Amino acid sequence: MDLSTVELSRLQFALTAMYHFLFVPLTLGLSFMLVIMESVYVLTRKEVWRTITRFWGLLFGINFVLGVATGLTMEFEFGMNWSYYSHYVGDIFGAPLAIEGLMAFFLEATFVGLMFFGWEKLSRPAHLMVTFLVALGTNLSALWILIANGWMQHPTGAEFNPATMRMEVTNFIDVLFNPVAQAKFVHTVSAGYVLAAVFVMGVSAIYLWNNKWTSIAKRSMAVAAAFGLASSLSVVVLGDESGYALTDNQKMKLAALESMWHTEKAPAGISVFGIPNVKEQRTDFDIKIPYVLGLIATRSVDTPVVGILDLTDKAEMRIRSGIIAYDGVEKLKVNADDMDARALFEAHKADLGYALLLKKYVPDPRMATNEMIVKASLDTIPNVPVMFWTFRLMAGLGFAFIALFAIAFLMVTFEKHNNRLFLLVCMIAIPFPWIAIEAGWVLAEIGRQPWAVDGVLPTFMGASSLSKGQIWATIIGFTLVYAIMAVIEVRLMIRAINKGPYESKLGRMHDDPEVSTTDDPALPVVGPAE
Amino acid sequence: MELPIDYMTLRVIWWGLVGVLLIGFAIMDGFDMGVAALLPFVAKNDSERRAVINTVGATWEGNQVWFILGGGAVFAAWPFVYAVSFSGFYLAMFLVLTALILRPVGFKYRSKRPGKAWRRNWDWALFAGGFIPALVFGVAMGNVLQGAPFSFDSDLRATYHDMFLGGLLGLFTPFTLLCGLVSAAMLVLQGSTWLGLKLEKGIVRDRALRFGFFAALAVIVLFAAGYVFVRFSGLGFSVVDAVNPAGASNPTRAEVVPMAGAWLANYSKYPWMWAAPALGFVGPVVAIFGQRLRSDWLAFGGSSLAIVGIIGTVGCSMFPIILPSTVDKHSSLLVWTASSSHLTLFIMLLVTLVFLPIVLLYTAWVYKVLFGRISTEHLKTNPDLY
Repeated sequence: MDLSTVELSRLQFALTAMYHFLFVPLTLGLSFMLVIMESVYVLTRKEVWRTITRFWGLLFGINFVLGVATGLTMEFEFGMNWSYYSHYVGDIFGAPLAIEGLMAFFLEATFVGLMFFGWEKLSRPAHLMVTFLVALGTNLSALWILIANGWMQHPTGAEFNPATMRMEVTNFIDVLFNPVAQAKFVHTVSAGYVLAAVFVMGVSAIYLWNNKWTSIAKRSMAVAAAFGLASSLSVVVLGDESGYALTDNQKMKLAALESMWHTEKAPAGISVFGIPNVKEQRTDFDIKIPYVLGLIATRSVDTPVVGILDLTDKAEMRIRSGIIAYDGVEKLKVNADDMDARALFEAHKADLGYALLLKKYVPDPRMATNEMIVKASLDTIPNVPVMFWTFRLMAGLGFAFIALFAIAFLMVTFEKHNNRLFLLVCMIAIPFPWIAIEAGWVLAEIGRQPWAVDGVLPTFMGASSLSKGQIWATIIGFTLVYAIMAVIEVRLMIRAINKGPYESKLGRMHDDPEVSTTDDPALPVVGPAE
Repeated sequence: MELPIDYMTLRVIWWGLVGVLLIGFAIMDGFDMGVAALLPFVAKNDSERRAVINTVGATWEGNQVWFILGGGAVFAAWPFVYAVSFSGFYLAMFLVLTALILRPVGFKYRSKRPGKAWRRNWDWALFAGGFIPALVFGVAMGNVLQGAPFSFDSDLRATYHDMFLGGLLGLFTPFTLLCGLVSAAMLVLQGSTWLGLKLEKGIVRDRALRFGFFAALAVIVLFAAGYVFVRFSGLGFSVVDAVNPAGASNPTRAEVVPMAGAWLANYSKYPWMWAAPALGFVGPVVAIFGQRLRSDWLAFGGSSLAIVGIIGTVGCSMFPIILPSTVDKHSSLLVWTASSSHLTLFIMLLVTLVFLPIVLLYTAWVYKVLFGRISTEHLKTNPDLY
């Protein structure tokens, strides 16, 4: 296998990011479910809700540490493997990462210890507040990371500065309120909520199936069904789609995931099935539902959804314009006071990134042949079959979760939650949100290719000047460490689930609904620290 | 838009802020690392080890954010430094990250099973997660003082020229190892004074204090050795000609050359800077006195002062250089040539001024709630402890 340093760096980033994102969504969702459960405890003062909160809190903790540990790698990996990227966009991209640490990660990490250790030291409302701050912190973390990621998809509020050879912020408000970032945030955290709800529901189903801890499981399932129904609706309705009409790359992403080679008359239909044929640039066996895509993507009936081949034509024009900007930059390097060069650069700077696509074929884009320009314009098409199938996988699962939670909601409402078939479905469902979420990540990141930052910096330009040996060493090293951690984590999770919501402090070994549904005066009252 | 603070001032402020964050990291996460490094030696059986672990059990997660924030702040304020140093010290960074990954997992997972081998393995994982980063951070500081073999082309893409064994072994020289030992001793001292504060009186605490005494002596001797090395080895870099401190962030516009004694030049220019190395010596002495006088707070304060002094010394010696290049005169990173744009520095300063005090406030509150010594009695009665 001969992979270039760029491909190896991409492989490593994909491995570490996808692994990190096995743990983060559960943290995002479970933290808010803990807030809900603990709120019920504080309001009703029923011990059973304290037990419920502490039990799910235990599983939350096992999961949380791996999210934190693997997040360490992410914070430094841009500098380690994507050095030129870090230089080129650090002026914009570094800020949300730093703010994430200061505003969000400090919050969740400082309070998470107190959440676990503070039960005896804090009053009930104070502990609830701590749990809430942890949930708030984790979700704010997601916000800042997605502002950073959203900027890579839609780099607004910045422009290239030839004096420093990098992108620099011109309008921070635009970076903050980037519509792509907003859509991504809502979509991603909702997906995390769905995942956590499916997890809680599935584990509760295991208990109900075995007729163990039923009073805990019943209540947990009710919380999960309601929380999951709301989140699964939000994840689909407030999907990423709203951002797809914004930029050329976003349009390309949409066209690619639909395998739509030619612009269609508005409003375009959506494919429910088809087989993308890249070689002949068409979709075989295409079955479409009319109007739907046009309505979702453009929020109108008369705006056409642009096809892949029209977008590559546009890319070719932008490459030619970008070459002029590149020429301007090279002249300004030699003489910063060259007014003609500056004027040319200013007129064409929006397309500078497109000229950099040519660096794959020729060191100096100004020397590119026509053939190279055409090739580079075709490079702007991401991997269509991967896009087409991961989108259908993700969206299909998304709709399946709505159905699952709708049924669950009814089952719980009408006290039919002991139905064996229903419980079986809940248990089988546990791994699927992870599949949907990873598919979503692949869709977003493969869809952005060939760009690291849309229209600004091609991915292959961003890598560090490392040797293959170095990158292989870290890929193997991280894979080994991560694999060991995964095995340990899953084992501890299973162990904790098998052990069940057993409260050592109260010595309550058995799940006795008579005792656990009401405050038992015989049990020690847990109140504020003395 | 006219910003209320000029570019040069902002650059100096951020030089100070990065220093504050580094010091914050070394003080807060430093005692976690020190405690972890001391764990197998001061605590012999499981209940002793649990006591030691629980002195940081509820707070290590928050402390670790100082490290992550340090990474983020360097990215935001000094993108060149972030880009060059982490890719240049690639395998060393990998080593630190894997060691640091072991730490959260070790704290959390050790208590989840009763097995003897299980717990012993995690104890050594925790030791590695404390000691390796403490050593490597010092080695990294040493390499920063010594300069790194990188250069920029006209696109400002960095390349590295010494790739001896993936650039890993090249990082370990006698001088950088000395710096690594200073750092390890400093953080072990920090850990020992923390144990002095948080453990109930008894044999484990006594062992920790004994380690602390020797660590404090080691800090003094090794820090002095560092001075002697810098004074007589000809180590140092100097900026040729004045560089416009408000100019564009482009490292190629400054010329930096090796010059013997240059790392000591700032002290005659700005005599107030002597405060930093002085604290580096006074701090460990105060820590020793604190332990002798049975004042745990004085010992912890002295140890923290040592950290302020030693990290401050590196910054003061090098200003305005951040990372010198040993192979190219026009590639070294300076406070004036390696920062973010004027606007980014300004916005990030506002964000820091708003949020850092809030962080410090709630951190203080959390420590107040958790105030008090960990005793073996707690370990028996509180099911939440590790």
